[in-house]
Amino acid sequence: MTSAASGALPNEDTAIPSASDLVIRRLVLWHFVAALTFVFVAMLAGLLFSFQLIQIYPFPGMEAFSPGRWRMVHTNGVAYGFIANAFLGALHWAVPRLTLRRVLSVKLSYFIFFAWQGVLLATVIGLLTGYAQAVEWGETPIFVDPVALLGLILVAINFLTPILKAKGPMYVTLWYFISAFVWTVMVYAMGSYVPEFFVGGTASGAIIGLFIHDLVGLFVTPIGWGLMYYFVPIILKKPIWSHGLSLVGFWGLAFFYPLNGIHHFLYSPIPMFLQYGAVISTIAVELVVTTVIINFFGTLRHRGDALRTNLPIRWFYLGMVFYFTTCLQCAFQVTLTFQRIIHFSDWVVGHSHLVMFGVFGFWILGFMTYLIPRLLNSAGWYRPSWNAWHFWLTGLGMLVMFFDLVIAGLIQGFMWKELAPWEATLTASAPFWLVRLFTGIAIVVGQLFFFANILMTAIHKRSIEPAPTPAGGELEGPSVVTA
Amino acid sequence: MLESKSTVFLVAGVGFFVLAFVVMGLLPWMIYMDQEEETLEDLVAKGIPHEFVELAERFPEQFSRHFPNGPTPSSFGDALQLGHDIYVAEGCWHCHSQQIRPVSNEDLRWGAVSHPSEYHNVLQRPVLFGTRRVGPDLIREAARRSNDWHIAHFYEPTNVVPTSVMPNYPWFFDEDGYPNRKGMALVAYIQWLGSWLPEYPYYQGEGPAGARSREGDEAALETRRMEGS
Ligand code: HEC
Repeated sequence: MTSAASGALPNEDTAIPSASDLVIRRLVLWHFVAALTFVFVAMLAGLLFSFQLIQIYPFPGMEAFSPGRWRMVHTNGVAYGFIANAFLGALHWAVPRLTLRRVLSVKLSYFIFFAWQGVLLATVIGLLTGYAQAVEWGETPIFVDPVALLGLILVAINFLTPILKAKGPMYVTLWYFISAFVWTVMVYAMGSYVPEFFVGGTASGAIIGLFIHDLVGLFVTPIGWGLMYYFVPIILKKPIWSHGLSLVGFWGLAFFYPLNGIHHFLYSPIPMFLQYGAVISTIAVELVVTTVIINFFGTLRHRGDALRTNLPIRWFYLGMVFYFTTCLQCAFQVTLTFQRIIHFSDWVVGHSHLVMFGVFGFWILGFMTYLIPRLLNSAGWYRPSWNAWHFWLTGLGMLVMFFDLVIAGLIQGFMWKELAPWEATLTASAPFWLVRLFTGIAIVVGQLFFFANILMTAIHKRSIEPAPTPAGGELEGPSVVTA
Repeated sequence: MLESKSTVFLVAGVGFFVLAFVVMGLLPWMIYMDQEEETLEDLVAKGIPHEFVELAERFPEQFSRHFPNGPTPSSFGDALQLGHDIYVAEGCWHCHSQQIRPVSNEDLRWGAVSHPSEYHNVLQRPVLFGTRRVGPDLIREAARRSNDWHIAHFYEPTNVVPTSVMPNYPWFFDEDGYPNRKGMALVAYIQWLGSWLPEYPYYQGEGPAGARSREGDEAALETRRMEGS
């Protein structure tokens, strides 16, 4: 399996060590379980808030259930609980295989695992007891920030050591990982400290914009794409279509993405020439993204049947279609023309859900579907059909939620512009908020299928037969056998 | 070259990030560097809004318990800080913005377009621009509504606005239903937002005498429609 991803690996003097010596499988599994626990909490928090929006909040007037605080648990839980944990698990799987080296220290890895869960717990408790910091997505209380930052530095050291020690040319994935480790530390330090302690007012808005954007663009996106460059060729058993396009995609992202931040505050008091700069570089990112998407669909050529037969591939490519959708949407919504109407509305909420969950969440669920039976030493999944339910409920829920919120956003934006009374805009939004609640419920139920399947697979792993190979496929990973 | 570890680490990782930080972060920072950030004392020295004094008159017993010095500048400073902290802790800023944009007729709905200088004070560190409006913008909220309205509204918004989706905040009140220290501080903070403008309060369509009139606003809206903006 290693050879597929790193065709250019140098022949070292010693024999190639086997993956089982390099990878701490237990830790991968632990990180995944933590990620799924947090995504469940975060989804319930999101559901709670959507009940508030249709006026049937289940715990009205209880301080610990203040909807505003749970909204922050929702966003922070997704970023630092779900995505960070899932990525850490996947990094523990991929980095040793790509470098043929262990992480710097296994003890450190275990320490990071426990420390990170501690950080998350402290964040949740801090947010619920009223210690949020006024940086969107960086609400992590100020007393948690130093620990979280230290954790990120340790993560970077732990993974960068094997990567920098490895000899020979680096595979694409590692370009993304190296820069992501550097970026994440800097982004987190910038967002948590600069607006709070060094600069206030309008200028802090510029920094907060950078932070919001870079957290997606310089932490989640590069690790996400790095993992796609790793898993897709392995599962399809063929190399990435074009190395040149991989280069364009990486360097384009690295250059243009960090310049985008201020597009979160267009028409704000931040100087207009900077806003124009952010708009232009955002449109440039869209062009870059297109090259990456072309590269991956080029890779899929002659293997399109994998979308039907291979569930992880289906998750990955649906995520990529959504990625292209959000980026295309972004190229329009970032223009000043669109901003007049859609800024502050549910359009943006739809956009961010599609990016964070529809893309990166789907990739994570995809590689979990691929890895979890291996981590459990099971021949396959307990019920492949439950995985199909997981996919369809989550995918359709996400799709409907996206369109629902985008349409709601347009209605809100135009009503605001026409000076409709505020209550009228609430009444007009109500049906959309109801639909959104149901899409949220569909997504949660989808995850329940997945959780149940993981549990049953763990319990019954000895009696599970390997799934029959689908016709024409000798692809890696669980196939989709729905019946 | 483009694939070597040092290039990826130094140019893509460090270099491009620093470049973007300088252009998109440091530059705006430098543009406003010469403007002194106003402290709480500076803000209070501009005057205490009448609504704060009114709170003391309306709830004399409770007010003197929560703010023993009476409606003095120091009490007002405390109230502003506490009100701001609650606004952050409760995530009010995720449902309410604090910036008026020069587009989408926001000036007609709420009043003057936001100016950078309005944000150079400690209560905008980090700035509370906001990114989502489930409820209306609040940066021009001062004196738009009475204290009583806010108090009733915080207790249970649907009592005042039946279609409201804003949460109830009974923990801003004591057992007898009077606003507690938190409640008073939050009302003081909300009633302060925008009080620094010469032209306030601004009610959509019905400004105070001499300011805009409802007819004037509708005419303005109509003109903008004709101009297609
Ligand atoms: C779920 C989103 C939400 C949250 C959280 C929220 N609000 Fe609201 N708020 C609204 C909505 C919707 C309205 C408009 C309907 C109404 O007046 O209740 C509103 C209205 C208001 C108004 C009246 C504005 C006017 O003049 O019409 C004020 C003041 C206000 N909110 C303050 C706050 C404060 C302070 C907090 C935090 C303690 C807060 N809100 C939290 C949604 C929210």
